[in-house]
Amino acid sequence: MSILVNDETRLLVQGITGRDGSFHAMRCREYGANLVAGVTPGKGGTDVEGVPVYNSVAQAVAETSANVALIFVPAAFAADAILESADAGVPLIIAITEGIPVMDMVSVGKYLKDKPVKLIGPNCPGAISPGSRAKVGIMPGNIHMPGRVGIVSRSGTLTYEAVAQLTELGIGQSTCVGIGGDPIIGTDFVEILKLFQEDDDTDAIVMIGEIGGSREQEAAAFIKECVTKPVVSFIGGATAPPGRRMGHAGAIITGESGTAKAKQQALSEAGAAIAYSPAEIGSTMQRVLSSR
Amino acid sequence: MKIHEYQAKALLAKYKIPVPRGRAAETPEEAAEIAGELGGRVVVKAQVHAGGRGKAGGIKVAETPEEAAAHTQSLIGTRLVTHQTTADGVPINKVLIEEAAPEGKELYTSIVIDGSAGGPVIIASEAGGMEIEEVAASTPEKILRENIDPTIGLQPFQGRRLAYGLGLGDKQIRPAGAIFSGLYRLMREKGCSLVEINPLIVTGDGALIALDAKVDFDDDGLFRHPDVQELRDDSQEDPLDVQANEYDINYIKLDGDVGCMVNGAGLAMATMDIIQLLGASPANFLDVGGGANEEKIAQAFKLLVSDPKVKKVLVNIFGGILRCDVAARGIVQAAREVDVDMPVVVRMRGTNVDEGQKILEESGLNISFVPNLQGAAQKVVEARSSR
Repeated sequence: MSILVNDETRLLVQGITGRDGSFHAMRCREYGANLVAGVTPGKGGTDVEGVPVYNSVAQAVAETSANVALIFVPAAFAADAILESADAGVPLIIAITEGIPVMDMVSVGKYLKDKPVKLIGPNCPGAISPGSRAKVGIMPGNIHMPGRVGIVSRSGTLTYEAVAQLTELGIGQSTCVGIGGDPIIGTDFVEILKLFQEDDDTDAIVMIGEIGGSREQEAAAFIKECVTKPVVSFIGGATAPPGRRMGHAGAIITGESGTAKAKQQALSEAGAAIAYSPAEIGSTMQRVLSSR
Repeated sequence: MKIHEYQAKALLAKYKIPVPRGRAAETPEEAAEIAGELGGRVVVKAQVHAGGRGKAGGIKVAETPEEAAAHTQSLIGTRLVTHQTTADGVPINKVLIEEAAPEGKELYTSIVIDGSAGGPVIIASEAGGMEIEEVAASTPEKILRENIDPTIGLQPFQGRRLAYGLGLGDKQIRPAGAIFSGLYRLMREKGCSLVEINPLIVTGDGALIALDAKVDFDDDGLFRHPDVQELRDDSQEDPLDVQANEYDINYIKLDGDVGCMVNGAGLAMATMDIIQLLGASPANFLDVGGGANEEKIAQAFKLLVSDPKVKKVLVNIFGGILRCDVAARGIVQAAREVDVDMPVVVRMRGTNVDEGQKILEESGLNISFVPNLQGAAQKVVEARSSR
């Protein structure tokens, strides 16, 4: 059945009348996603290439039963957009927007904590389940192929790199999820690993981390405890100097736990197979699968 | 965004946190005047965006206004090299003239955003004056933490818990609490990513004074704080970094000779990693970002090769939002304009890659196109440069 997005996904795009929003909404629909609505306050009653646009998320949900929200709203207004979807009862919200002020996300995270809502991102590429043709994000659809390996990553284009390597080796994917590179994110590695572990259609997992923070160590502890499926991991930034922020707001080495080495070690001790070169993510998975 | 110590202290003072009396000076005359007003012994502190100033000779004590002027004369216009700067150091354009603080016990306190805790956390330690990283590594029991709930803010009982935990006396509990809550209000109201007082001095008569302070701001929140934007000092940044900032390119200069241009931060780090694994060394981190156009690619490429250390270039583009043909046009445009005289290897995949390859090959420029990451990295590492 894959995770997060599937045959039952009814997609709503917030910010659908913007440049990025309209472009990517159409790419999702072309790939096969069931795009049912768009939301832009003030543009209600119009349409974007046949997709009805509403003034509010609540209205869009009432009219179209949308159950996944994809957000392209500019950074200054993105926190509000997330909260609006949560308030309207959308169970899965995927925020693509980059550059949301960190204190905005602190408040959003706090508000969502006890609600039946899952937020992926922000500053992420989204999620795709190739077998269901469910693309909810900005990833290039054509590099994916249906299959049984799940991917979870903090990065965008590095995830595409891993996907392309797998597809070239004939290894398909159940679902690929980018959780985002910001310090405050809605869903971390552990929650996605848990979903993959419980998913009957996923046999193995690729986890792509990077320097900064300690989420990879938390993931390693969870893998050791609860994951029985094989895990292949790559950690980006082994050559990054401490104290310098490598693009992602979260990718900065402050303290020992933030280094690639500490993360690789924790994951290796938890039983994950480590790809030390980014060119060997696919081949490492191939080796792991063939040795089972 | 970083600011100077004198600016950080002015902000602390606004939030009623006690700081030593003093002002910034740009000339020896100003320095003497300020020292005269303060009276007695003063400290002359170089204002640069880097830590480790004391050991590097950037902090000097003066007994008289004349001595303060002499120290200022010797510091202003020079560059300070500390363990946090490059070998070139950073320019000293201002000094802070401040009353010499009385001796006392040195404490530490700061507020940062902790991703795992999902919000701000206030940290305090009785081991002030040291790098907090070292304290955390060697004596973790000396680090006190309180998670702050963003909906209600830092509560007085949390401030008391920290103050008692630091071993402060009954008379200091209330002033310490006022410092902690002032720090949090500063962070919240000005959009800071870090506020730090190190050391926070407990004087002989029991007063608390912020002797040194550091305040960093969340770049993504700056649009809400025009007053904060005015505190920016570009002279403290590497000129290439400033230029990159103007173009909205993520660029960090490193020490190697293989220049890299990549789309996406994760892939950019991974590209640096593979260069290193093959025995070479990256000259920089460069992420052109998601929605780059031809112009931005060209600017990024020119910026990259303007670093004299760069002897060869590896471009790694995984086309998604950014199409490969757009990237190829940007590279060709830039390479023609600056007449690039070094090996350039381009690896492209994804959206419109065939068109991109065609543009590169038909340009007549000496650019090698390699479709896979391993091959491209190998090619650039083995390439010989005449530069």
